[in-house]
Amino acid sequence: MIVHALAFYLFSIVMIASAVMVILSRNPVHSVLFLILCFFNAAGLFLLIGAEFVAMILVIVYVGAVAVLFLFVVMMLDIDFAELRGQVMNHLPVGLLVGVILIAELLVAFGAWSSAPGASGIALAPVPTAEGVSNTEALGRIIYTDFVYLFQAAGIVLLIAMIGAIVLTLRSRVGVRRQSVARQVSRPREEVVAVRKVPTRGGV
Amino acid sequence: MTVPSLLPALPEIFLACSAMALLMVGVFRGEGSTRLVSVLSVVALLVTAALVLGAGSERTVTFNGQFVADRFSAFMKVLVLIGSALSLIVAMDHLEREQIDRFEYPVLILFATLGMLMMVSANDLVAVYVGLETQSLALYVLAAFRRDHARSSEAGLKYFVLGALSSGILLYGMSLVYGFAGTTSFDGLARLFGHGSVPSVGLVVGLVFVAAGIAFKISAVPFHMWTPDVYEGAPTPVTTFFAAAPKIAAVALFIRVLTEPFGGLAHQWQQIVWVTALGSMLLGAFAAIGQTNIKRLMAYSSIGNVGYALVGLAAGNENGVQGVMIYMAVYLFMTVGSFTIVLCMQKDGRSVEDIADLKGLSRTHPLLALAMAVFMFSMAGIPPLAGFFSKLYVFLGAIEAGLYVLAVLGVLSSVVSAFYYLRIVKLMYFDEPVVALDRPIGMGATAVLAGTTLFTLLFIVFQTPIVAGAATAATSLLAR
Repeated sequence: MIVHALAFYLFSIVMIASAVMVILSRNPVHSVLFLILCFFNAAGLFLLIGAEFVAMILVIVYVGAVAVLFLFVVMMLDIDFAELRGQVMNHLPVGLLVGVILIAELLVAFGAWSSAPGASGIALAPVPTAEGVSNTEALGRIIYTDFVYLFQAAGIVLLIAMIGAIVLTLRSRVGVRRQSVARQVSRPREEVVAVRKVPTRGGV
Repeated sequence: MTVPSLLPALPEIFLACSAMALLMVGVFRGEGSTRLVSVLSVVALLVTAALVLGAGSERTVTFNGQFVADRFSAFMKVLVLIGSALSLIVAMDHLEREQIDRFEYPVLILFATLGMLMMVSANDLVAVYVGLETQSLALYVLAAFRRDHARSSEAGLKYFVLGALSSGILLYGMSLVYGFAGTTSFDGLARLFGHGSVPSVGLVVGLVFVAAGIAFKISAVPFHMWTPDVYEGAPTPVTTFFAAAPKIAAVALFIRVLTEPFGGLAHQWQQIVWVTALGSMLLGAFAAIGQTNIKRLMAYSSIGNVGYALVGLAAGNENGVQGVMIYMAVYLFMTVGSFTIVLCMQKDGRSVEDIADLKGLSRTHPLLALAMAVFMFSMAGIPPLAGFFSKLYVFLGAIEAGLYVLAVLGVLSSVVSAFYYLRIVKLMYFDEPVVALDRPIGMGATAVLAGTTLFTLLFIVFQTPIVAGAATAATSLLAR
């Protein structure tokens, strides 16, 4: 139990610290790297509550795809971050005002929160799980059986997205020199190498 | 564990497989295979329609209750497939002329049509969403298909952003419904509301959001803002497709969602449909008057047409639903026909889109002008053309349900909209020609134009099978 609590506080502290660093670090690449650290610790928190599928998805999708994409975008875009940071001070009052209003509204909402009688009993009831079935396996059992129609349809949506991306962006350029391995290999020796007799002090 | 029955979904499976196969054909044959892929796509759509018609007529549910095939879905699916096939036929020449004839165009149309079939057959809120996204994603790409043109790209981006917003609204509503009802299945929801028990407020809020999300897709007022810009900016063949097939599928989805799972909440949603129907009819009638671009005019006209269709849905009875189905059938042929004429409008090999370019069309292209006049008279609701009967059935349903105010206002707005339909006829027949449009118009366009004109003219003669089919379909949907 103490290990559990220690792990929780470790993950939480590192997560919050890295989240703060995402906005505070001067180098945008460092920001993205801190974001990745933040995602990893969030995945750790999910593991602690037994949601190993969400933890894996967080690492695979958010770290593996989204954060790396961010990294590429940050590296490729030519943005003067120092200048952007200078403008932050101009927007600070409005931003603070919005934040204060949001916090006030949240407080009011939570203060007036009342749940229906008996609702807490339902919420606290443990989810019935089959013995020895992890939630990854439980999801896998229904996604390819009960929901196979939706699974296949989602696959078609992704295929359309791929076709669409190619249709809208692929341009066949003219005048591009491409490597042709077959032509390179099939070139006869005579075309490539010439043996010359070079007289001394004469040059070719 | 048993394998679900695939037979009810055979048309969808066939269409999906042929779309992927045609994608491969296009990829391996490279540029210049567009015409081949287009022709094969039309064949695939027709075979799918045959499969839909060949399926049994009784209601079958499969895929764990997420997919349903019944008479209603068969009727609407055939309409959608005809709309896609016709818009593909008339698109071929235009795409080649504008040099945007890439083989992805017919493939995307097939995928969009697949999404529409899935929408029409959805029997679960999640299935609705997946079908809708399959359709929408393909449509966003099609709107921006002419990617070198700023207006087409703008149309695609605008459609994408607003479509994503509407999907968000729809999903929010669905999550509220799921949260308060505990199920997303249509059968489960229908059972829940079948006892006439008072629903919780949260559930009604969810229903309103779902209705708003779908109203976005059929471009009903007040969710119509994207329509004129997207219709004007998208390439004309794409606009033809937009005005025909997706509208029918979304209207079918709207009917099924409101009458099947939420049938017990009719008092709650009837007011929403009432207001959107009236707003669409009035906006379609008044906003179209000042338009100078024919594609914008047709966009407002399609908003108005959706309004008339919704009148039947607001009635909520069998006659009303039957009216909507007939209305959509007639609307399909009128719209494809008039857009075919818009596709033929070009001067010196360049497309023109101004209404003024139609001046004196009767002098230069008498047959084209005659066909356009037929469509315009029909849309204005002049008897004995098809448009008159479709409006008649819709308003009959409304009167039976006691919606006298809506019916009277609908007829009045139809009189207003007659102004701009008849103005086009006046331009074609009584004004001096300023530009002579190019000829000939191509074989595919001629055939489609002849077919749609004959349908609109002779609807009075052979309306019996359509009316009877719509009646049995409406009964199968409502009398469960």
